[in-house]
Amino acid sequence: MSSRPPRSSSPAGDRPPAGGDSPSIARQGKRTGERVIITALFTCAVLSVAVTVGIVAVLLVDTVSFFSQSGLVEFLTGTVWAPGAGAGEGGQYGMLPLLSGTLMIGVGSIVVGLPLGLLTAIYLSEYANPRVRGVLKPTLEILAGIPTVIVGFFALQFITPDLLRRIFGDDRVFIFNAAAGSIAVGLMILPIIASISEDAMRAVPSSLREAAFGLGASKRQVSLRVVVPAALSGISASVILAFSRAVGETMAVTIAAGNTPTMTWNYFESIQTLTASIAQTVRGEVAAGTVRYDALFALGMTLFLLTLVMNLVSARIVRRYRQVYS
Amino acid sequence: MTQRTRRGWLLGLTLAIALVAAACGGDDDAGGGTGAGGEASLSGSIAIDGSSTVAPVTEAVAEEFRKEQSGVQVTVGTSGTGGGFTKFCAGETDISDASRPIEDEEKAACEAKGIKYQEFRVGLDGLAVVSSAQNQFVDTLSFEQLAKIFEEGGATTWNQVDPKFPNEKIAIFGPDTESGTYDFFNEEILGDPEEGGKKPRSDYTASSDDNTLVQGIEGEANSWGYFGFAYYQNNREGLKVIKVAEKGATGIEPTAETIESGDYPLSRPLFIYVKEDSLRKPEVGQFVKFYLEQTPQLIADVGYVPAPQEDYTQGLSKLQPFLAG
Amino acid sequence: MTASAEVLAPSRLRRGASRTGFKIFVDAAFAALLFMGTIVGVIALATLIWTIFDQGWERLVADPAGFLSNYVSRLPARAGIRAALVGSAYLMVLTALFTFPVGVGAAIYLEEFAPRNRVTNFVEANIANLAGVPSVVYGLLGLGIFARFLRMGPSLLAGALTLTVMSLPVVIVAAREAIRAVPEGIRLGAYALGATKWQTVSRQVLPAAMPGTLTGTILALSRAIGETAPLLVIGLPIVIFSLPNDLRDPVSALPLLIFDWTSRPQPAFAAAAAAASIILLALLLAMNAVAIFLRNRYTIRW
Repeated sequence: MSSRPPRSSSPAGDRPPAGGDSPSIARQGKRTGERVIITALFTCAVLSVAVTVGIVAVLLVDTVSFFSQSGLVEFLTGTVWAPGAGAGEGGQYGMLPLLSGTLMIGVGSIVVGLPLGLLTAIYLSEYANPRVRGVLKPTLEILAGIPTVIVGFFALQFITPDLLRRIFGDDRVFIFNAAAGSIAVGLMILPIIASISEDAMRAVPSSLREAAFGLGASKRQVSLRVVVPAALSGISASVILAFSRAVGETMAVTIAAGNTPTMTWNYFESIQTLTASIAQTVRGEVAAGTVRYDALFALGMTLFLLTLVMNLVSARIVRRYRQVYS
Repeated sequence: MTQRTRRGWLLGLTLAIALVAAACGGDDDAGGGTGAGGEASLSGSIAIDGSSTVAPVTEAVAEEFRKEQSGVQVTVGTSGTGGGFTKFCAGETDISDASRPIEDEEKAACEAKGIKYQEFRVGLDGLAVVSSAQNQFVDTLSFEQLAKIFEEGGATTWNQVDPKFPNEKIAIFGPDTESGTYDFFNEEILGDPEEGGKKPRSDYTASSDDNTLVQGIEGEANSWGYFGFAYYQNNREGLKVIKVAEKGATGIEPTAETIESGDYPLSRPLFIYVKEDSLRKPEVGQFVKFYLEQTPQLIADVGYVPAPQEDYTQGLSKLQPFLAG
Repeated sequence: MTASAEVLAPSRLRRGASRTGFKIFVDAAFAALLFMGTIVGVIALATLIWTIFDQGWERLVADPAGFLSNYVSRLPARAGIRAALVGSAYLMVLTALFTFPVGVGAAIYLEEFAPRNRVTNFVEANIANLAGVPSVVYGLLGLGIFARFLRMGPSLLAGALTLTVMSLPVVIVAAREAIRAVPEGIRLGAYALGATKWQTVSRQVLPAAMPGTLTGTILALSRAIGETAPLLVIGLPIVIFSLPNDLRDPVSALPLLIFDWTSRPQPAFAAAAAAASIILLALLLAMNAVAIFLRNRYTIRW
């Protein structure tokens, strides 16, 4: 090492600030080579901003192009999604059927995932012994890690024929239906709700529990009346995050929920989500510059904005209520 | 460096090398001509896209072609006849599969880009109108009834098509608007919109993937849909073909014979369009030659009907000038 | 803080309330409900795995060599995953090569060098948002910029770059956690010995954080490998009869193939899709096992 031990300008017992501030000790030792390295590292970090800019740019440019060829009002309020032949002109581009499909899957998957996820979280946090936890937590991780195509396959090959149709009958349940999609996505978001809610519940100070036990409450009462309300912000955040994930889910719904853009509330019918519409359009690859191509990006923009808002709200909730226990 | 530091870096490096080695190890057939059969090995790539009706034929040909010329990379996409032409006339593909002839706007687009092409007839298809094998009541539908099902604002329940049919919702499946099959069906059944024909409906399950249509139709007892004959042939157990009756005539079922003779009202030729510039490339030229020579044998297996032999011979002679040099 | 405890204050409990039989029953029923709710998830997973194996195992063992080394075919008996499997492997390696340096670099900067100012906060918030963007939107990014604007087409390069961009937020977060876990004492000791910031980071902090970083990266990669939507949107082919020789060559991927085969009506293709799913799951299992092994064996417990 060529540099001499530098003299510290701060008192001996000083700890450098946590995180990124370079302590004055180290700063004196910075050489030109280091400056280059730091710039390189800075570039890496800023690359993430470039990515966001890229996403927004690519979506915006073609969305604008789309709206110059097809109406914004129709897009937001039209109830028919029927791209025209060839380049797509003369088609109808009302995205409400797709939005309704997306919402159906979103709500449906929460209906499946929330109760199961919450029950699992309460069980893991309040009732389970370490051994059971050691088995259950990896199981949840595995469930979360199953690729969505495979879950879609499972939905088409098992959930619809062997579960839904067996219970509700062949003629009630369409071969592609929103219920199968909801169950599939529900299974995928279950781990999200379970693990984030469990973290929130475990973060509740044990003093609260002990106080309740001291007053004679049973475990059930403690879980339901003390822990869950206390962890409510974390649980809500997990639900919103899970919903956001469900909205962005593509493959399982494309395979199992169908490709029919329609405004229906019947979960046994075939529907189409925003994501499935994109997937279906690109399977027949589209030439650039056409209305049909630009429509993809308009849908993508819708998805991006939806999930962005939800993620921001979720983060907000976590931030706002985190102070309660600090 | 401390021991721990060294171990850390070593670990990282080893892992990186292992990953790369694993992937490169799988590359034991890297392109390069290992062609069996006496031909000089070709290399290069051929980009094919277009009709999902014709695609099974092209895929079968590509599969067999690969056995002799493994150095040629062939990709087959299914953007639909319309989508295929858009890419073709933008210069993005070498060959375009088509289940209908090229239209005037598409011709103009190609001309605008200076793309010259050759058209080859490669087979015959009988557009099959089908329902599920579970369907007990429908046997024949007339052109009028077909129009009633697929036109805008058309029938929603079967008994609106024929009072004898049950009052059940029709589960309608069909190709999407990029499809040549869609264009052909509408032209034949609904007529030209500019000449008083009806517009097709948009509230049905559309898919560019005929396999998805088959899946859907098989699964619904009250379904109705249409696609190329091969998709019916390959899925006979789950599907029921519907006889089609032209005005005043009796219903005809699509079979190899009725399609070839033209008795089946919804028979149509299948095409490939090839860029002339691409034809001059040896790998594309040989591929098209192989296509025209082998298809008569392959096509029945795929599920369609061979075109009349003159079509293939004419095609080969059209091809000849491009093959030399 | 005592708000919730007040809920159970004596005024709410009936006078003389005790463990009545009814209450005990409800408590037990609740516990049972919890257990059942948890079990449903486990059963669902078991059913899924069973379905895959039930439909795919026979196909796989009937002709494993053929299945792995054949290209796709119109005949399900002849169809194989060669192009898709090798394609996925190439994509994974490339994605790893791109993601790791950039992700770790960004993490180092954010943890060690970045000043606490608005710019840094913005960058951090940005990364957190990117983690929540649907994969299909990343596909649109790949289509618009890599495949079309930069004219890479549906190639290995475009696919890898798209997967890289998608995995970056996850890798950055994982690397940051690992770096954060290194105690301050290590850094202070290095400074005390006269090391510069970069020397400290490169020779002490980073090697110590390497196992955690690698674990996180491998997990991020295993997620990327199972993704279909971005590759579908870029337009990677499914029917392809060759392996890529060049970054610009088209390449297929295993999840894409599974998607295509799942969409085919013939039961034999459903079996093929299940068999391919088994291979994909095995691949994921291997990657996760490596990650867990790394975590357990090499993580330094401070």
